[in-house]
Amino acid sequence: MKLDRRTFIKSAAASSAIAAAGSIFPGISFADWKKQEGASGQISWKKAPCRFCGTGCGVLVGVSGDRAVAVKGDPNCSVNKGLCCVKGFHVVQALYGKDRIRKAQVRKGDKMVEVPISEALDLIASKIQETISQTGKDSVSIYGSGQWTIPDGYVASKLFKGCLGTNNVEANARLCMASAVTGFMTSFGIDEPMGCYEDIEHANVFVTWGNNMAEMHPVLFSRMLASRKRRSDVTVIDLATRSTRSSQASDKSILFKPSTDLAVANAICYEIIRNDWVNWDFVNKHTTFHKGKTNIGYGTEDHFKFKDKPQDITFEEYKEFLKDYTPEKAERISGVSAMDIKYLASLYGDPTKKVTSFWCMGMNQHVRGTWINNLVYNIHLLTGKISTPGNSPFSLTGQPSACGTVREVGTLTHKLPHGVVMNEEHRKMAAEIWDVPLANIDPKPTYHTVEMFRALDRGDIRFMWIQVTNPMITMPNLNRYRNGALKDDRFIVVSDVYPTPTTDVADVILPAAMWVEQEGMFGNSERRTQHFDRIVPGPGETMSDTWQIIEVARRLGFEKQFPWGEDEYIEKIWEEYRRFHAGPKHNMAPYALLKKRSGVQWPFVNGKETRWRFNAKYDPACKPGSDFDFYGKKDGKAWIWARPYEPAAESPDDEYNFWLNTGRVIEHWHTGSMTRRIPVLHRAMPESYVEINPEDAMDLGVVTGELVKIISRRGSVTMKASINGRGVPPRGMVFVPFFDESYKINEVTLDAFCPISKQPDYKKCAVRLEKV
Amino acid sequence: MPILSYLALPRDGSMDRLCADLSAMEYCEIIPADNQEVVVLVTDTPDEQTEKILQETLKKLPSLHSLSMTFGHNAE
Repeated sequence: MKLDRRTFIKSAAASSAIAAAGSIFPGISFADWKKQEGASGQISWKKAPCRFCGTGCGVLVGVSGDRAVAVKGDPNCSVNKGLCCVKGFHVVQALYGKDRIRKAQVRKGDKMVEVPISEALDLIASKIQETISQTGKDSVSIYGSGQWTIPDGYVASKLFKGCLGTNNVEANARLCMASAVTGFMTSFGIDEPMGCYEDIEHANVFVTWGNNMAEMHPVLFSRMLASRKRRSDVTVIDLATRSTRSSQASDKSILFKPSTDLAVANAICYEIIRNDWVNWDFVNKHTTFHKGKTNIGYGTEDHFKFKDKPQDITFEEYKEFLKDYTPEKAERISGVSAMDIKYLASLYGDPTKKVTSFWCMGMNQHVRGTWINNLVYNIHLLTGKISTPGNSPFSLTGQPSACGTVREVGTLTHKLPHGVVMNEEHRKMAAEIWDVPLANIDPKPTYHTVEMFRALDRGDIRFMWIQVTNPMITMPNLNRYRNGALKDDRFIVVSDVYPTPTTDVADVILPAAMWVEQEGMFGNSERRTQHFDRIVPGPGETMSDTWQIIEVARRLGFEKQFPWGEDEYIEKIWEEYRRFHAGPKHNMAPYALLKKRSGVQWPFVNGKETRWRFNAKYDPACKPGSDFDFYGKKDGKAWIWARPYEPAAESPDDEYNFWLNTGRVIEHWHTGSMTRRIPVLHRAMPESYVEINPEDAMDLGVVTGELVKIISRRGSVTMKASINGRGVPPRGMVFVPFFDESYKINEVTLDAFCPISKQPDYKKCAVRLEKV
Repeated sequence: MPILSYLALPRDGSMDRLCADLSAMEYCEIIPADNQEVVVLVTDTPDEQTEKILQETLKKLPSLHSLSMTFGHNAE
């Protein structure tokens, strides 16, 4: 490949102009440029979704020879329209960290020894067989993530649920969006958002509920700000527990006390009803009212069980329930002024305004995560502001395929690719497609994530295969679960791309292919499936997670269920998986189309994507003649829930007098195992820190950069203080980003979870501070 | 042998005309934006004299509203 100097300079000139245009005209697209550059011979550009968050930005990966050398936003991808965030622009560098795992390793004595990958795969298969024969099928498990590609998760579920007969399949998406799922299921009977990112260009009001989008979903936040800049009638409200960059960029920042968003949401509904801003036509035709159990616990004890018991109620009973949440009463609970609550209600209640609510971890990592999801849906349902362009309650995700792999493939203990293990018809469908006996699929779910790691600690689980995730950083109450994994008769397999605290506890480490070193698909937050080709080869003996599972499955005697060749397996898996979702409610695009486009939204019916579900104008699954049809529920009606305010599992007291809130920063993705190996991102944010309110810092006698010890009933971490930095917590709260493995803040957090979703609450526990 | 790049903005409603005019001119290559009325123009002339003449010609284009330089290189 030869490029003359003049052509190179002309290419640089064009790049410069395009970059300048991008900064002056946000969202500008030069699709023809891709073709011209490709023709120049210097670099070829291939489409892929970004490796990092759940936004699903399309990127073009520049390849020279066998190496990915550049990245730019894909102007043909409707998600980001050519934009990228700072992580996306550097994503290809994550492939080339110096300490990439290239060879399989097996623990021999106290040492990890490199072995041929085939030997490691033999050992894994024999260990699975041995464990099942000694302690039963439910003593082996697999734990993946929303970073699994769709084929990764599909073959994991097929092997463990279909072939081995255990429902010990979980994914770390349980830690980040399980409450969103149960919120959808309880309100609508079907999972995933009804709207799409195009809502951003239609909405007049955005309310971000505990969601620092400026750092966590920066491309969507940019789209929101661009929409506000273009139009005169757009308002952004940040409703949160601490001040962030999102608060600074919003028109109004409202702070509430931890967990009291429940009271605020109920008070908004109270005001909507009191002012008769209810969309009665919509409510009468499309909703019903319900209540469930209260005082439902926090799941901090082993073997915790909870089952809700929904009961029908009337609108009048719901109205009576809301009397506990007048704006004045809610002010006393939440700290949000009655005036601000009334203001929020007036925005939601104004029939001339289109309102979109965004949320992510703030509402989902919440001991009442399902409830707060229900309550925000209540607001949209009461006002009829749902399933129409710009009117959208929108739950965002944090991982690139949390929706695609975990929610759609169903890599959770109770799930199947279509439906749940408890349902015989769903099991029959799975058994037929998987070509396994129906009796293989156990009708009882086993362990959700926290309980799975408790079972590992107790010894109920003896074998765990961890792929594409780093639970030895992310599990709450981490000390217990790390100690459990290290016990003598536990066998831990870890497939990953870099050494992490999780590979530290492994008995076998498998070198995994990463992102565009393999073919695969992700599914983003707006029901968009995004295919990527194998664009560059992986180093050493790296192998895709899908193929690792196939190799082990064949060693276990399941050649019939995993018959595909290496040159075709992704296509074959996709077309098999797609059978689970056939029909207008969830039909997926064919493989050939996914390869061609920068993402396709489901339901994909009669050659068309569905942008707004449950609205007959857009969604062919709606009953003929209906305007809206919430077909996840048998009667086609969405549920409005009476859910009360209940406090967090652990609140500050005299001994532990601060709230601890944890989260992320823009520079690093998740536990930082990839982004901390990208020099520019690492230099920009080299280590974690603890944000302290300036007045609290003054009381402690601490200034920025001084060391502070954060102590809870479970552990402690010492780290540098940040005062008046990019985020400022209110008095009585500290905030710590969790990306830095040198400061394992989850040794401090509490493993309490939402009893319905089983998603832990990483945002609220009690700590005390000591100046070091 | 100057190589320069510009962002060219058309007069109202003249995007297509501007693209046609620039495409027809010697030493000019264009990359039109597909969602906004902006054109990237790259010029590659053999010498400074030709460059000067080209710039004069560009300034007189009726379809052109403004021209902002983003890159300049002159190999002697």
